[in-house]
Amino acid sequence: MADAITLAGDVLVVGGGGAGMFAAIAAARNGARVLLIDKNVVGRGGATIMAQMTCASALGEVEPDGPDLHLEDTLAAGRGLCDENLAALLCEGSPKRIRELASWKVNWARRDDGKINQVKAPGHSRQRCVYVDFLSTGAAICAALRNKISRDPQIRRLSNLTVTDIVVHDGEAVGAVGFDIATSAPVKIKCNAVILCTGGMTKMFARTTASNNLAGEGIGLALRAGARVIDIEFLQFYPNGHLAPRMVGLDPTTWEPTRVKLGGRLLNGLGEEFLHRYGEAGGDGYDTARDTLTFAIYKEVEAGRGSPHGGVYLSFQHIEEAKLRNALGPVIEIFERNNIDLAKQPVEVFPIAHYQMGGVEVNTDMASCVPGLYAAGELAGGANGANRLSGNALPEAVVFGERAGEKAAQFAAQSKLSKWDDNAAQPHLDLIRGTVGKNSGSGRSPARLMGELKPLMWGKVGAFRNAGDLAGALDRIRTMRHRDLDDLGISAQAAHNTSLVEWFELRNGLIAAEAVATAALGRRESRGAHQRDDFPAASDQYLANQRLSLVDGELVATFRRRQA
Amino acid sequence: MTAPRADNPVNTARLRIWRGSDRDHGRYEEFDVKFESGDSVLDGLVRIRLEADPNLAFRFSCFNANVCKECTMLIDGNVEYACIAKLKPGTIQLDPLPNLSVIRDLIANTLSHKETLAGGPVDSK
Repeated sequence: MADAITLAGDVLVVGGGGAGMFAAIAAARNGARVLLIDKNVVGRGGATIMAQMTCASALGEVEPDGPDLHLEDTLAAGRGLCDENLAALLCEGSPKRIRELASWKVNWARRDDGKINQVKAPGHSRQRCVYVDFLSTGAAICAALRNKISRDPQIRRLSNLTVTDIVVHDGEAVGAVGFDIATSAPVKIKCNAVILCTGGMTKMFARTTASNNLAGEGIGLALRAGARVIDIEFLQFYPNGHLAPRMVGLDPTTWEPTRVKLGGRLLNGLGEEFLHRYGEAGGDGYDTARDTLTFAIYKEVEAGRGSPHGGVYLSFQHIEEAKLRNALGPVIEIFERNNIDLAKQPVEVFPIAHYQMGGVEVNTDMASCVPGLYAAGELAGGANGANRLSGNALPEAVVFGERAGEKAAQFAAQSKLSKWDDNAAQPHLDLIRGTVGKNSGSGRSPARLMGELKPLMWGKVGAFRNAGDLAGALDRIRTMRHRDLDDLGISAQAAHNTSLVEWFELRNGLIAAEAVATAALGRRESRGAHQRDDFPAASDQYLANQRLSLVDGELVATFRRRQA
Repeated sequence: MTAPRADNPVNTARLRIWRGSDRDHGRYEEFDVKFESGDSVLDGLVRIRLEADPNLAFRFSCFNANVCKECTMLIDGNVEYACIAKLKPGTIQLDPLPNLSVIRDLIANTLSHKETLAGGPVDSK
């Protein structure tokens, strides 16, 4: 196999979504030479580009608003578990970043008077959410950030390069090891600070919204480097996920922005409205928090009142066809190509894995407990507590990304010399070399193991959980991590070795899956996005954040009570 | 992906796929894939990788949402996105994009040179 390729910079950013791109820009403008790496294509993968509409920012353009009010709503949605300092950073930082993005030619939708338009999304007390178009806000942000990065000589971006390990020496992050996917050549990346922006773990679930490359690898990378993970049991299941009929060319999250725009009636399989049974106002408005709505849909289906594919109906049939066409614009053609006529038929929706509220534990510098290791965006835990407010994901990406870039650049500038250590990197390089061609032709493929993991996570570690299911899932995941992984068959192919890429996704991703199952089993209550059938109520005893760390290869959990 | 239902019959498409690590040493391989009405060519490729050949190389990250644009390829000779092209009964021929070097199978080298390691030793700056 090819010799290891060596790269060097001040700051390494892993993951080229919204957080990663903003982190790279901020690190560069604070003087750092930056390497921005993505296992797919910088600026094209991840979750930001899939974000459809709402981005919460207390600009106060449409009605009086302020970061303090945004913070109140964020803390209320978080069901008592938010890190107030991180949440405040998010709310205070959002207006600055939104205006900065406007100066980088993100065309926020504007009113006739030229002010940025703001709409009310569920859980917000004000008209606070800005957008570009109702289905392409994230894509517009990514386009602007890609453009900015391509013109910045301080940033070297590299696509199709995957990071497999953080190199830790004397307790500090000193770089990373990975491989070039096109050639399978191992790569050493020497730097003085690493920012992980690898997003969430939606790929681990059978029904998922975000990009296929979000396999929880950042959780595995961070835990193995010695960092802690916080509140990882809280995964958001997006209530209005598309279920049927088959639809391609649009993200399955299409229906929430469509509902923000047009209302839409949620009906059970019998054609009845049902939200009132769960303490919510019915009708064609849309003001129900995501965790409540997910609960209501699950319970309706469980009671035998589901739609043919096991979800509920979302109907826009009460809206005049002309109004529908006017509101949806060219998107209606995408529906038509999928044989969906909203004027004549409802669609079926069901919750779908969407967002990781918890993540790597960081302080307000986005620094983990490992010096030199930072995390930002969806991967950073703490700001969202037990449930993320609609519209807070994009600010989390850009505000935390910017902060991490600035602070990592400052940290990297403190040391003039590289702290890289070849001995610390060697086992990681050996693992890559030893995995190419391992059990070739005999073992099960990594794709098959992932194919088993996804329904397991969906069925037993999903939106509704109980001790029996969680313990069973945990047992199976641990066997996958400790035994099955070693037996998988990996191709000896050097050029774009898909099984090698997938094996390393699983190696880190299985730690993330085990972390969720472990944390969910330990939290014996229901709160926000974590719902236990065997403990259906919230308990004051668990008004506590749960931290996980990896000790001698095993996950260890501790709860820390919140100060009243 | 929704479960197959009686009112949505399962059809079979034959995907004729170019395989190889450079344009001069390739061949076509054929795979039969079952599909339901509305499934995409990308759905078919994912199914082949899972069930028949884990080494089949093609790129995608967003999965059927048509935002990452990584799954661009030649479908029956036309440049299309595999994620929105629909499977249909009969044979569908898939090739890597033309006028670019091929990395492997359906992956053409679409990245700009400065965005890749291009196989050689590189040191930043």
